[in-house]
Amino acid sequence: MMIKSRRSFLKVAGIAAIGMGAAPVMNLAASESHGSALPKMEKNEEALHAKRWGMLIDTSKLTDEVVEAIKDACHKSHNVPDFTIEPDAEKYSGVRPVREGQEIKWIWDEHFHNAFPDKEDEFLAEKFHDLPFLVTCNHCKNPPCVQACPTQATFKREDGIVIMDYHRCIGCRFCMAACPYGSRNFNFRDPRPFIEETDPDFPTRTKGVVEKCNLCAERLAKGEQPHCVEASEGAIVVGDLEDPESEIRHLLAEHYTIRRKQSLGTEPSVYYIV
Amino acid sequence: MLEIAIQGSKKYWLWIGLLLAVMGVGAIAYVDQFLNGLVITGMSRDVSWGFYIANFTFLVGVAAGGVMVVIPFYLHDYERFHRITILGEFLAVACLIMCLLFIVVDLGQPIRMLNVLLYPTPHSMLFYDMIVLNGYLFLNIVVGWKVLEAERNQIEPVWWTKPLVYISIPFAIGIHTVTAYLYCGLPGRGFWLTAILAPRFLASAFAAGPAFLIILCYIIKKFTKFDPGWEAMQTLAKIVCYAIIANLFFFACEVFVVYYSGIPGHLSHTKYLLFGLHGHNMMVPWMWSALILMGVGAIFLLIPKLRNNHVLLPVTCAMIFFGAWIDKALGMIAGGFVPSPLHHVNEYAPTLQEGIIALGVYGAGFFVLTILYKLATTVKEEVRG
Repeated sequence: MMIKSRRSFLKVAGIAAIGMGAAPVMNLAASESHGSALPKMEKNEEALHAKRWGMLIDTSKLTDEVVEAIKDACHKSHNVPDFTIEPDAEKYSGVRPVREGQEIKWIWDEHFHNAFPDKEDEFLAEKFHDLPFLVTCNHCKNPPCVQACPTQATFKREDGIVIMDYHRCIGCRFCMAACPYGSRNFNFRDPRPFIEETDPDFPTRTKGVVEKCNLCAERLAKGEQPHCVEASEGAIVVGDLEDPESEIRHLLAEHYTIRRKQSLGTEPSVYYIV
Repeated sequence: MLEIAIQGSKKYWLWIGLLLAVMGVGAIAYVDQFLNGLVITGMSRDVSWGFYIANFTFLVGVAAGGVMVVIPFYLHDYERFHRITILGEFLAVACLIMCLLFIVVDLGQPIRMLNVLLYPTPHSMLFYDMIVLNGYLFLNIVVGWKVLEAERNQIEPVWWTKPLVYISIPFAIGIHTVTAYLYCGLPGRGFWLTAILAPRFLASAFAAGPAFLIILCYIIKKFTKFDPGWEAMQTLAKIVCYAIIANLFFFACEVFVVYYSGIPGHLSHTKYLLFGLHGHNMMVPWMWSALILMGVGAIFLLIPKLRNNHVLLPVTCAMIFFGAWIDKALGMIAGGFVPSPLHHVNEYAPTLQEGIIALGVYGAGFFVLTILYKLATTVKEEVRG
């Protein structure tokens, strides 16, 4: 028994040694015929970079149609579920009825007094009451959600984008309690039956994780502007807040702008011209 | 020692069977939640924590309340608590197990739970909550078990239980302080953003924990031959009295600050709880009931004649316990999330299934508590008899 097992060990060890010796040869052969066997990481030369990404929303340029187009562009391309649609009965069976208040939205419109509750004013100009104020994740410089997250599933990138790892999130929803802007959503259910047309360029989410606006990090990496900017007809500008020559900085210099709940010290990166 | 738990009267087994049934029903309800998601709860985008976290918060308090028997006995050699110290420690164990279960059933992705250990994050308060809750659980199991075992063998407890007891005292304060810090460090939540939250949590904990312990003493006296001692219960009642008055006082401080300063972001939550907001007033009857229960309970405990009444005392304790539960479990969650950061008023009520799952967790807690108390009382009977 003892001898046998030693013999079989030696056999395995021998084969393993041959394998180790063979590997470089195989790699060499592979590299000669098909180029390097190892994947190479390359930077996309066209990717857009910033020291700190920021957004400027010119409220005067927003009409109801533009707002709808923006919401639509963002939600469709990010596979955000729409709970008003009827799920495909053939594909998904036994889908539970939709529960009110469990919706998911990355960018949406609010009344002025909801978007800026600390700036409520009974004598506020009439036009303000009806204007749609687009709200989304503020990509705060000091994000309370990042501070609260117990697994670093929500984190701030070096370029200021507050982004999520949907595969690490445990669904504790501490970040939702922490966010002073109500910008975070929880997947109370599997969202897939409620996605009319899945965009293959962006992952769908699973039930039980939080999600929110990612400032179209996936598009910036390809050198493209965020969906909301493209659909906004000039109402939204995204750019580098730290670069004094950027368009956003020029606009900030020219206009009086406000941010949501500035007094909290979260330093939102989304500015509003009103 | 565990063999004691499998010997018992018919009543004992009936009770165990009932608890197992409750746990079973809860487990079935939970499997459905596990498969379909938290869609089965009444929670929403605006009220993203509900009944589970509410009960978690409250039970952390009951667990911390156990320290109110540990401190007098171990630090002040208060002999009358000798017999009930183990009851306080084992109550803490059962409560902490419920706390951990409530966290697990609240998670959207429970199978990823260990990510908290895999990616330890010291800037998240949940990281510390995990440490102190598990630490306090461990300390109470070890100390409770070792001391009881020594009592059974009629020897002195092994020397290192003493330092563990001393460590468990700051841990008890710690679990509830850190649990309060989960809430009160969030910039956008006016109701929670108050430095008095941790002290208030502790005050209501030191009322609810010992109040429940008194009720348990009555039950033990009725169903076992072990007598926890009337004088010990009287001292506990005085502790409850002080603590519940402190809790009411802290609440009054909160009400004064939000109303006198009138800052809308802070005031609107208290207004919602006490009087309703924009026609939404689901919490109003609950909050006033809580205040009346706690207030009348405090008066009953203040007057010696009423406090010494054998029949009234458990009723008073139940009032205070239930009042504190409404105040801290329901009120803390509803008040914090309503109105939302965007000043929308969306109210929350748990669904039936959510309630059944919570009941299952309570069943599990009482199951653990029953077994631990069975051990404790049987050993104490053995030693005396």
